[in-house]
Amino acid sequence: MAEMRYLKAINQALTDAMAADPSVILIGEDVSEAGGAFGASRGLRERFGAERVLDTPISEAALAGAAVGAALSGLRPVAEIMFMDFTTLVMDALVNQAAKARFMFGGQRSVPMVLRTPHGGGLGAGPQHSQCLEAWFAHVPGLKVVCPSDPASAYGLLRAAIDDPDPVVFVEHKGLYAMKSEVPDTLPILPLGKAATLREGRDVTIVAYGAAVHTAMTAAATLADEGIEAEILDLRSIQPWDEQAVLASLAKTHRLVIVHEAVEAFGVGAEIAARMADIGFDELDGPILRVGAPFMPVPFSKGLENAYLPSPDRVIDAVRRTLA
Amino acid sequence: MSDATTHRQAGAGHNAAPDLLELYRGLVLIRRCEERLSQMFSEGEVPGFIHLSIGQEAVSVGVMAALTPDDTIASTHRGHGHAIAKGLSLDGFFAELLARETGLCKGRGGSMHVADMSVGMLGANGIVGAGLSIALGSALAHRTRKTGAIAVAFFGDGALAEGLLHECLNMAALWKLPLLFVCENNGWGEFLPTSKQLSFALKDLAAAYRIPHLCIDGNDVALVADHAVRIVAEVRHGGPRILECLTTRVRGHFEGDAQKYRDADELAALSARDPLRIAAGHLAELGFDEAALGGIADEVEARIDVSVEAARAAGFPAFADAMADVYTPAQGAA
Ligand SMILES: Cc1ncc(C[n+]2csc(CCOP(=O)(O)OP(=O)(O)O)c2C)c(N)n1
Ligand SMILES: [Mg+2]
Repeated sequence: MAEMRYLKAINQALTDAMAADPSVILIGEDVSEAGGAFGASRGLRERFGAERVLDTPISEAALAGAAVGAALSGLRPVAEIMFMDFTTLVMDALVNQAAKARFMFGGQRSVPMVLRTPHGGGLGAGPQHSQCLEAWFAHVPGLKVVCPSDPASAYGLLRAAIDDPDPVVFVEHKGLYAMKSEVPDTLPILPLGKAATLREGRDVTIVAYGAAVHTAMTAAATLADEGIEAEILDLRSIQPWDEQAVLASLAKTHRLVIVHEAVEAFGVGAEIAARMADIGFDELDGPILRVGAPFMPVPFSKGLENAYLPSPDRVIDAVRRTLA
Repeated sequence: MSDATTHRQAGAGHNAAPDLLELYRGLVLIRRCEERLSQMFSEGEVPGFIHLSIGQEAVSVGVMAALTPDDTIASTHRGHGHAIAKGLSLDGFFAELLARETGLCKGRGGSMHVADMSVGMLGANGIVGAGLSIALGSALAHRTRKTGAIAVAFFGDGALAEGLLHECLNMAALWKLPLLFVCENNGWGEFLPTSKQLSFALKDLAAAYRIPHLCIDGNDVALVADHAVRIVAEVRHGGPRILECLTTRVRGHFEGDAQKYRDADELAALSARDPLRIAAGHLAELGFDEAALGGIADEVEARIDVSVEAARAAGFPAFADAMADVYTPAQGAA
């Protein structure tokens, strides 16, 4: 066991994937000479050469489209979009090209690309550098969406995303980059589409992903003091998501709260709630509740941003409501 | 001997000079395929939208004559000519246009998404300009993988106004990628002349991005092939080039477009620029008579009959098969 930071785990996954497969390349703004705007690709240019670690101009649409073309032509590109907010500029490449190429060309070829991008608030980055837009991509047939919550899962899921034959949007939380935790000496590759149970409990299931997992864990600790035992599921993958794991936990606790930092309305939580209201209807002893951001852009001022982000208190309130 | 013939011989050092009769056969194949589609469309047998490249065939045939099977192309909404000239399966093409399970795309793509990866045809595209970045990435892959191949991006003059085109020109030039930009300048983007859509000429844009640019008559297949052979050799070793082909959109934007917005004089002038007529003229100078050319057309028609009949006999795709193919099936799965 050793301690590893989330950012280092990403860096290690990129390093190991590039060492394992010469067709893996990195492409993005400031990924090469500078080693990434957040440092995720530090040292990779020196190790693998400028031919495989490419700095692009500030041309998100073209770099994402190029990733699709490269993936159709024998490479496994990992593209970085510096902030998830900028994925608005790569929508055509992802939605109309990457997601559909396999299907609309009759399965002739898959599109093995990964688009890494950080989301999330808490850094005072304001409305255009803080958004959580993963639900948009989860809505598009043909894309996979992943969002790890800690260093070990960041490593294991990124390796799996790069190995995966289909396009994966890999969402990192920039507030987690500095997070440190114990990881095994040999980090395993983790399957996409599988949730992890981080805490067992009998009274309520809390499903979360990304940084919201930690909000949920904090809430669970407080609830335990009151004798309420929450079971916490880290979704890890948003598309596909582990319906069976959520259903199995619901069958045990009979109550469900879903937590994410993204805007609550029309979000990932809505999808999970709708599915569980269907296939889990007989298990439910209380309303399915969501805890997400309010319907407003992410504000800048600290007080506003703190009030905006889902807090342990709001999770606790939701748990009390569904148990009431 | 025509100018074009001289050029062809001059280009023979790289790829063998394409034989004019073979080029003519390529033109006839595209023309007859699209005429057949047009007829079947009007009879309700071809579903959806189709955009025909009648009048533009010489660009496809001329450029493709300079490519190897490993070279890749990304195409447009008006992509039948590109696909056929790149050598895609004709049976698979007609079956796709008729939405059959035996189609190249199993009936999931149709006219605007015809692709045949086995011949390096990376797909027609329903999004104006999108093929540019796909070709950019394909060229990057060729360079990274040291395949020696090049990528070709076909695009219309309407796409010159798309921001993505500018990003791609810059990146291709910056990275000196083996990427040939082929602009099919037919003067129209849907129902508006591109003179009313663009504030600049492609040659000025090319100069700004420092990419060598050549503008030629895109309806003279021998001329296109000659230049393409030379330029493709340059691209293979020296980075991006732009080949602008002045050409003619004879049919409407899509089949069923009555083109009421077009000037009668403009339409009347089109036949003089017909690529087949121009090529036949060159061939006549070389001693090929009408009977020889007619024989080619008969052969092509017979070939198309086979593909159309096979497509008609094929079944329609099963929904479950389509559903199972949104993602790559897990290894070991059926
Ligand atoms: C992004 C996008 N915008 C608009 C359209 C609708 N559209 C389809 S073809 C076309 C005109 C394209 O003109 P050009 O590139 O010159 O090609 P041409 O049709 O002349 O071959 C337009 C506007 C589209 N398919 N995609
Ligand atoms: Mg045009």
